[in-house]
Amino acid sequence: MKTIILDVPGWPGHRAGQHADIRLTAEDGYQAERSYSIAAPADGERVELTVEDIDDGEVSPYLTEEARTGDELEIRGPVGGYFVWNGDHPGPVLLVGGGSGVVPLMAMIRQRGRVPTTLLYSARTLEDVIYRDELERLAGDGLDIHLTLTRSQPEGWTGHSRRVDASLLAEVAAPPDQRPLAFVCGPTPFVEAVALALVELGHDPGLVKTERFGPTGA
Amino acid sequence: MSATDLALDGNAAAGILHAVYGAEMTLAVGTCDGCGTAGPIGAVRLYRTAGLVLRCPHCDAVLMKIVTAGERVWVDSRGLRALQLAAG
Repeated sequence: MKTIILDVPGWPGHRAGQHADIRLTAEDGYQAERSYSIAAPADGERVELTVEDIDDGEVSPYLTEEARTGDELEIRGPVGGYFVWNGDHPGPVLLVGGGSGVVPLMAMIRQRGRVPTTLLYSARTLEDVIYRDELERLAGDGLDIHLTLTRSQPEGWTGHSRRVDASLLAEVAAPPDQRPLAFVCGPTPFVEAVALALVELGHDPGLVKTERFGPTGA
Repeated sequence: MSATDLALDGNAAAGILHAVYGAEMTLAVGTCDGCGTAGPIGAVRLYRTAGLVLRCPHCDAVLMKIVTAGERVWVDSRGLRALQLAAG
């Protein structure tokens, strides 16, 4: 996984959860385009993308291995209005991330203001936890953070250690009658399982927003 | 791995849809011609093949196919009975 920072002259700013599309054109004219979550809140003309290495990808291998400082890229954005936190939901917010699915959720946490927010973040090991220091610093003051480490846990680990399921969600999330707005992001099987569990627990499907990353990742 | 494991969300087509329709489309509400279910385009299933295939999350019917080649884009939206978005 790599974070790349782009300088985009004229970038109009973006909201947490929005994407940028990157298009590459080969010498023979062949084009490939992929959409990436923006990792940080709006910051002038600076756009931060966290890109996962995907061996058979058409765009990601270029971004993680070939791209060098000074290269020019074709970028379109910001795009997307569905998986976006506008800050106008009256209830609490629940963020559920698997692996690099935490990237757009982090953009939301960084701009949440005082909205009561719970983050449930599933990673394989403690070393795989992105933004660990920042999360520790931000916890409290209405931000509840729950980590679950599904593959191995350090000695003395007091956090969770099982996959996200209905009982774990029931334990950490605001109950359905508080109508939390949920954002679920991660590998497709993770998102499927979490979204289904939330609906089974009685959460309104209209308040469960999902972003699937495909088969790779956590 | 099942086909469902490969699915993305309609969100992933936000950029190309914006280019085609000239508006933010992931919040537009599409009605499936197969089962009549209506929901935001950002929440449908998306599969990446030679182009993009958008499918109904309820009945799996194809809603849209989008293929880009060179400077042209082809859009087949016959699986959508209606598309409703903010006017203006």
